[in-house]
Amino acid sequence: MKEGVFSVTNPSAITKQRGAGPGSPAPHGKTLGKRIIQSWQLYLLLLVPVVITIIYKYIPMYGIQIAFRDYVPSRGFFGSEWVGLEWFERFFTAPTFKRMIVNTVKLSLYGLLWSFPMPIILALAINQLRFKRFKRVVQTVLYAPHFISIMVVCGMLRIFLSPYGGLINLLLGGQHIDFMTDPGYFRTIYIASGIWQDAGWGTIIYLATLSAVDPGLYEAAKIDGASLFQRIKSIDIPMLVPMIVLQLIMSAGGIMSVGFEKVFLLQTQLNKATSDVIAVYVYEQGIVNHAYSYSTAIGLFNTVINIILLLVVNKIAKKAADVSFV
Amino acid sequence: MKAKAKTLGLSDRVSDIILVVLCSLILLIVAYPLYYVLVASVSNPYDVYAGKTFLFPSQFTLEGYASVFSDPQIFNGLKNSIIYTVIGTVFSVVMVYCVAFPLSRKDLPGRKWISIFFIITMYFGGGLIPTYLVVRDTGLLNNMWALFLPGGVAMGNVILVRNFFENNIPNELMEAAKIDGADNMTVFLRVIIPLSRPIMAVMVVFSMVAFWNDWFTALIYLKPEQAPLPLVLRSLLIASSASKEAVTDVGYAELNRITEMIKFSSIIVAAAPMLIIYPFVQKYFEQGFMSGAVKG
Repeated sequence: MKEGVFSVTNPSAITKQRGAGPGSPAPHGKTLGKRIIQSWQLYLLLLVPVVITIIYKYIPMYGIQIAFRDYVPSRGFFGSEWVGLEWFERFFTAPTFKRMIVNTVKLSLYGLLWSFPMPIILALAINQLRFKRFKRVVQTVLYAPHFISIMVVCGMLRIFLSPYGGLINLLLGGQHIDFMTDPGYFRTIYIASGIWQDAGWGTIIYLATLSAVDPGLYEAAKIDGASLFQRIKSIDIPMLVPMIVLQLIMSAGGIMSVGFEKVFLLQTQLNKATSDVIAVYVYEQGIVNHAYSYSTAIGLFNTVINIILLLVVNKIAKKAADVSFV
Repeated sequence: MKAKAKTLGLSDRVSDIILVVLCSLILLIVAYPLYYVLVASVSNPYDVYAGKTFLFPSQFTLEGYASVFSDPQIFNGLKNSIIYTVIGTVFSVVMVYCVAFPLSRKDLPGRKWISIFFIITMYFGGGLIPTYLVVRDTGLLNNMWALFLPGGVAMGNVILVRNFFENNIPNELMEAAKIDGADNMTVFLRVIIPLSRPIMAVMVVFSMVAFWNDWFTALIYLKPEQAPLPLVLRSLLIASSASKEAVTDVGYAELNRITEMIKFSSIIVAAAPMLIIYPFVQKYFEQGFMSGAVKG
């Protein structure tokens, strides 16, 4: 199988490699065959990763076809009977279908709306900090929550939100609000904790972009009398726009895939009215109920919507800001 | 002219102060929840739930930590987590290097197609169930390797490492090594690996964090006794939140006191190792993402 991959890859490489010209250590007179033989050690390094990728990435992709079959373990991926769109129909007519779609989209969209601007604002502020040591401390602390397990974050949330002595209730003056069982609080909890955990980490990509600004530009703006706010507005933000658009397109491709792990850990019997999302249903049907084909069909539906959204937003962005991803 | 410069200096100073205050406030919001748990982990939980530990511990005790390390289940989870993190990190970093080096070589025939072959897996996958079925059919259920293999090669990391090779290791150096008769493997082992220590440090930290914090893979592929620490903590932290009885009923008092203390101290035990190591490689983050952003 892996040999197949290499033989497919080689022919088109000829034109590409010849064109690669400068910087390429390969002496130009050598034939492709000789260069392949010469690179045998590089292919050897790739051998294990390629095999793993084929088995655990490409075979499952091929196995998605069980979404259109009635998967029976004894007959495997490719021996089970075709059933067409039966599983999709079953999903579309499931009693909680509408609720799951609405919950998934709302959770993602509201999440995007609140979470997306945070790293940008933070990066703009951090970038302008002039005390290097303080800047370093701010960055270190802001990155910290990213390195904590979602399990631990959800554990902390449950403790803080407990109606009996939880930190939030204490801060509210000794109330006994049961946040975890009230569907009205679920999205706020999910989104706010998401911002706490990842907004700081999200600044990295923007800070890296801002680090390319020529310091002379700030000096010139200062001499021209531009205030800090004006400098941010007319130097920093234009610098960030392409990256912001790129990040937005990528987020659009993830609208249907909410962070499964966190929803799973924050879901209780009583907040399902807002916490019931597609990803959890995929898990329950597939892993818990062993409805393999059904679960795969739902997952595929989700992926297709994601790809469509990605392409649509990509197209809009290409027209509006001349930035595109694919 | 002079007056203008002076007022400008003033407005700059004001905006500096505003920035510092703003950032300090954000700092507080991010850090306080962790600080609160740390304080609670060495306090009497009844005082915690009574709101007496906002700033400092009350009735200082290390009993919580003693209980965490003497609880056979948690201790087993901790042991599993350490094994998985060490083996997973070594395996993952080796795989990343094995892919990143060939892909950084412009003279590799088929480089473009091999790149595409790997990069596709960043955007498309088989999804939960098809992957699960392949893991099952390859006999990895209840096997530690189910945590490492199905993820394939961490392509985000490969791109960071490849960019590091391309940007930070001069081509002349490789050429020189080749003229001296070194083959690809010698260049890899003697030139590339020693010169890429900073990015290797970042890769080690990223992989450690990923394996140390993972629980879902273990939940679907492994047996309960193979559970890593976060999964063990699930029943403790997620299934049971402090009940009214735990806080008010004296009969439950002693048992609950320990359980509640374990909650706080186990959070610290699970979070602390990664929080201690990442600052060591922090300065490379921006650098790495910069080259990743430009080319990746």
